[in-house]
Amino acid sequence: MTRKYELVYVVSPDATDEQVAELHTQVESITQRMGGQLEKTENWGRRKLAYEIGRHKEGTYVLELINGTGELMKEIDRRLKVLDYVIRHLVVRIDEEQGVIERMRAERTETSRRRRVARGLPPDRQPGEGQRGEPDEDRDERFDIGGEEMR
Amino acid sequence: MNGRGKSPSAGRGRGAAGAGAAAGKDGQRRPMFRRRKVCKFCADKIDDINYKDTKLLMPFVPERAKILPRRISGTCAMHQRKLRTAIMRARQLALIPYTSE
Repeated sequence: MTRKYELVYVVSPDATDEQVAELHTQVESITQRMGGQLEKTENWGRRKLAYEIGRHKEGTYVLELINGTGELMKEIDRRLKVLDYVIRHLVVRIDEEQGVIERMRAERTETSRRRRVARGLPPDRQPGEGQRGEPDEDRDERFDIGGEEMR
Repeated sequence: MNGRGKSPSAGRGRGAAGAGAAAGKDGQRRPMFRRRKVCKFCADKIDDINYKDTKLLMPFVPERAKILPRRISGTCAMHQRKLRTAIMRARQLALIPYTSE
């Protein structure tokens, strides 16, 4: 049963670029060995941590999208736990959420199209068309967190 | 929060109905009106509340880094739930603080 997972790990700032690259190849090889597939890799580079972890204030973030089994992720998780220059990591299953998001989006366009047709309009919004009630300016007025109200 | 805290004093100042209950009622007459709260995610049609999107999450973790409650932000139940998981995940990865001293 292959599923879609997202893996983010934070590498210690002391680690060299080679170490980061090596970690990536390690993840890749485990994935391939266990019949998974690495879909995408993103290196966010060095970022400031929101809080200190150990004595670190910065970390290199790497994101990997992996298709594979739970067993595979378990193994990767175990490996990352062992390595001490990986200061944080997180594995999240994303296929279900993505499905929900897509369904919601589809539902929304579907309803809007239906309503527009019922009103005798073309199903998709024409450029330059907009209702008076929904310009961008009033967004701030309706929803303004960070204002006085929360103090 | 502020609105409720202020209304009795505002009522007294103007010499309008002094009772606390009445002060709550004259919402339209108060100079400072309370704006209607709308769920940001519903209004902006944001389906995906992702833990990687710190820019989206930061307004919901004010100074003390606690999650902004629904009664203040006006977020709907479904989106608050998603927001909560997203914030908790982001905290694990040190993208968002747990506390700020």
